Amino acid sequence: MNSKLNLVTKGLVKENPTFVLLLGMCPTLATTTSALNGMSMGLATMFVLILSNMAISAIARFIPDKVRIPAYIVVIATFVTLLQFLMQAYVPSVYETLGLFIPLIVVNCIILGRAEAFANKNGVIDSALDGVGIGLGFTLALTLLGLVREILGNFSAFGWKFLGADGILAFVLAPGAFIVLAYLIVIFRKATEKK
Amino acid sequence: MEYLIIIISAIFVNNILLSQFLGICPFLGVSNKLSTATGMSGAVCFVITLATVVTYLLQHYVLVPLGIEFLQTISFILVIAALVQMVEIVLKKVSPSLYQALGIFLPLITTNCAVLGVAISVIDKGFGLGQSVVYAFATSLGYGLAMIIFAGLRETLALNNVPKAFRGIPIALITAGILALAFMGFSGLV
Repeated sequence: MNSKLNLVTKGLVKENPTFVLLLGMCPTLATTTSALNGMSMGLATMFVLILSNMAISAIARFIPDKVRIPAYIVVIATFVTLLQFLMQAYVPSVYETLGLFIPLIVVNCIILGRAEAFANKNGVIDSALDGVGIGLGFTLALTLLGLVREILGNFSAFGWKFLGADGILAFVLAPGAFIVLAYLIVIFRKATEKK
Repeated sequence: MEYLIIIISAIFVNNILLSQFLGICPFLGVSNKLSTATGMSGAVCFVITLATVVTYLLQHYVLVPLGIEFLQTISFILVIAALVQMVEIVLKKVSPSLYQALGIFLPLITTNCAVLGVAISVIDKGFGLGQSVVYAFATSLGYGLAMIIFAGLRETLALNNVPKAFRGIPIALITAGILALAFMGFSGLV
């Protein structure tokens, strides 16, 4: 039981995809203009990650080694297409906001990375838990990054405006994404180093 | 004139790396040395332009007539994967030293979101074939420009004494942020 719990929690801190492994940087930087956007992107990625981890762990032993990467990509692309349909149907406004980055989940290195490093060697349930852990780590990181950028750039948090002035616009635009992420990584390193 | 606007906006104003955030992984990964950064930009430039032409034709002559646009994501990524494989084979034959230098990042062009991103965005923007090719080529020039400037900065940065926690990626990200700030100066241009 402990090891199962461990699978979920390791994605949060020890193997946090954003702050430690530095994977999936494109959506991390591009979609975190506000806390809500960051969270939606994280959840969308988590959805695909859990399903593709499960599917790949189930079929991995039938795939010849030489064609495994294209095969994984097709599996991932299938779930991304499914996600596109679901989002268009139920949350069209979120789909509009995230735009290009929804189909681009296909090429998110976190998902292919987990398929290659974990799912093809482990069972279905373990792989699903791994997907939950890594997905949660990614979602939390994106929400945090979005929150900091929203607070500095717009003086609001999750859409709630706490100060009636215009924020520091640069934090919502491209430069802020790079700089805030850099400082969050440094803080994360400092915080985990002592333990 | 219309082409000129596309070119300038793709290279400077909406720079793919610094304002659209596509293709960040190799941007951070192979930008330690100027020579590998140049090689990577060349490979990406070639793949993006070629992939955009092929996926454009695929979209307009196969997917739309058959009414199966929902297969866009899957079919595009497969076409790109095949193309990258081909570039890899050619490069291995023509320039083994460059092939060695690019190492793991060459197969990773498949999962470089810049390639798929440009292919999908020319469809979304409703460009014609000519416009798509120009846009793809200009975008990848912008990619190369940002990549090479950044690699030059990082080479200098490596000689400096950076605080321990900032070493590696964080200081690179801050540098990229400042570079993005500089590129924002182009925003009134078009």
